[in-house]
Amino acid sequence: MIRIEKLHKSYPIGKDSLHVLKGIDLHIKEGEFVSIMGSSGSGKSTLLNIVGLLDIHDEGDYYLNGQLIKDLNEKKAAILRNKFLGFVFQSFNLISYKTALENVALPLYYKGMNRKERLKVAMDYLDKVGLKDWASHLPSELSGGQKQRVAIARALVTNPKVVLADEPTGALDTTTTDSVMDLLKDINDEGMTVFVITHEEEVAEQTKRIVRLRDGVIISDTLTKAAKAL
Amino acid sequence: MKFLFDSDTWQEIYGSIRKNKVRTGITIIGVLWGIFLLVVLLGAARGLENSFNKAFGNFATNSVFVWTQSTDTPFKGFQKGRRFRLNMKDIQVLKSEYADQIKLLAPRNQTMNLIIKDFKSGSFKVSGDFPVLDQIQKKKLIYGRFLNQNDINSSAKVTVISEDIYKQLFEKDKMPIGESIKINNINYKVIGVYEPSNTIDFDGDTAYIPFSTFKKVYNTANNIDWMMITANEGIDIEQMESDVLLTLKNLHKVHPEDERAFGSVNLGKEIAKFTGFLTGMQFLTWFVGIATLIAGVFAIGNILLITVKERTKEIGIRRALGATPKSIRQQIILESVFLTTVAGMIGIILGATVLKIIDTLFGQGVDATLVNPTVNIPIILTAFTTLVILGTLIGLIPAHMATIVKPIEALREE
Ligand SMILES: Nc1ncnc2c1ncn2[C@@H]1O[C@H](COP(=O)(O)OP(=O)(O)OP(=O)(O)O)[C@@H](O)[C@H]1O
Ligand SMILES: [Mg+2]
Repeated sequence: MIRIEKLHKSYPIGKDSLHVLKGIDLHIKEGEFVSIMGSSGSGKSTLLNIVGLLDIHDEGDYYLNGQLIKDLNEKKAAILRNKFLGFVFQSFNLISYKTALENVALPLYYKGMNRKERLKVAMDYLDKVGLKDWASHLPSELSGGQKQRVAIARALVTNPKVVLADEPTGALDTTTTDSVMDLLKDINDEGMTVFVITHEEEVAEQTKRIVRLRDGVIISDTLTKAAKAL
Repeated sequence: MKFLFDSDTWQEIYGSIRKNKVRTGITIIGVLWGIFLLVVLLGAARGLENSFNKAFGNFATNSVFVWTQSTDTPFKGFQKGRRFRLNMKDIQVLKSEYADQIKLLAPRNQTMNLIIKDFKSGSFKVSGDFPVLDQIQKKKLIYGRFLNQNDINSSAKVTVISEDIYKQLFEKDKMPIGESIKINNINYKVIGVYEPSNTIDFDGDTAYIPFSTFKKVYNTANNIDWMMITANEGIDIEQMESDVLLTLKNLHKVHPEDERAFGSVNLGKEIAKFTGFLTGMQFLTWFVGIATLIAGVFAIGNILLITVKERTKEIGIRRALGATPKSIRQQIILESVFLTTVAGMIGIILGATVLKIIDTLFGQGVDATLVNPTVNIPIILTAFTTLVILGTLIGLIPAHMATIVKPIEALREE
């Protein structure tokens, strides 16, 4: 599903440049549930953003669903994001003046689905994350956990190949963290590839594979107990 | 173009407009004010022009009026301060010497007299005239007819009176034609009643009688008080005026440089002055209107730019969810066009309403200052189209700004 070879990424800082990713090799197969761990500044988000086509790498190869990602224009990137990827952010990133339902339906709008159908599908996904009754609420009327579940529903609504989550539980307490993780596990059980960044060992333990980064290189890549238990 | 008719597109625009009420309001007011000013100014300018045209409307605008005063320079043995009069011989000379230039020439004699009908009376101007007057200064007749050549030939005791004279002297609903009235104790038969002119009028309420009759009754011999001359098409009226005056000075032994001996008014010249003023005003109107419009459009662009900055993050989110740069651009431009269009339409409607009010306040009656203040539909459409095009162009800038940043940078924005 995701194949990364000798990936490098630097950020220009003034005249110098900051070498963030220093030759990453990573292969994630369809249906995997992978977490990335590492200290702050180790390049986790950078990696995820490149995988999510939100940022561009400098060197190396990146294949998404078998397709080499190179010299992609914004239009093609947008279409690929819409088709293959679902995002969950630490800060939820819901659109504040749209209801939960409308937020979930938005990716389908860019897919070109008509409104009626869109709202129906979105409602199904809201139901899936247990928030059917909150459909007409604005994000400001939802708790953090609820917001993140709305965001997950939004990430899933286009039925993507991969869900990318950058610290999805970073802003949540333990109980809500568990409910969000349960949700991600469910999705993964249904066969979706899930790729999360986290700082919390307990969260990482619930995934099936942990990739550890330090200073832009992978220092370990292990299966978790949860995976071995299967 | 399909996206234009997509209810979702409008849903999105409605959402973003509703969210940003204040800036939407400011934007709309900016453009609205511009187009409103343009409509009102153009309408008012048109109204002024109309009232001006109406005022000079029935008058041949290439006319010169000439009368005598008193000399200011001694000449050929005459003292200065000499008074003299125009006469029919002058008319003959002018007619033959300027045959190719003069179109119409009306010699006139006028006086004030008591006019009596039965037990009613009033003091009015009495004017001895030729039928040609009707061609220079069109009379609208309510009853009967104006003087004709037969009246002149037979020195008939007939008169054409104004509606006011008729109303003052006659019983209500009394048919005036054929009735006789006394002017200076002589009986005249009324042959016509004319409407007061709502335009420039040098006569006011006058009883017109045949020139020949006037000459006999008032013993004016060959003298005349003044004359009206209109020039043929294409004649330089100012040149003709000075030529005619020179001829007259020669005939009356007046020094060629004498400035006071003859009085004259050149209507063409006066009108040219006013037309110049009108053109200037129209130019100013356009200038002010268009400048305001452009300012309004720039306000829209500016506000959109601010909005785009404010919404960088939102745009980043949308792009992460699969919004193409094109769809982002379309939305921002459509928003701009929509706002300018709505504002423009409200501006036009308000402008038209104000013009309507101006019309009812100042546009009615005989001496209206602004007659029928309107604006051309094509002009408004042009202004409107320009507005929308400018709105689109100016919307391109923020739309471009919104799509050049990488989505991750947009998302990182707080
Ligand atoms: N747009 C940018 N411009 C310059 N430097 C950047 C940019 N984005 C990230 N960096 C730098 O790259 C390095 C890696 O950043 P990244 O966000 O990938 O770290 P991270 O592992 O996600 O850290 P955290 O756990 O704090 O989120 C950091 O040193 C950061 O300062
Ligand atoms: Mg990070």
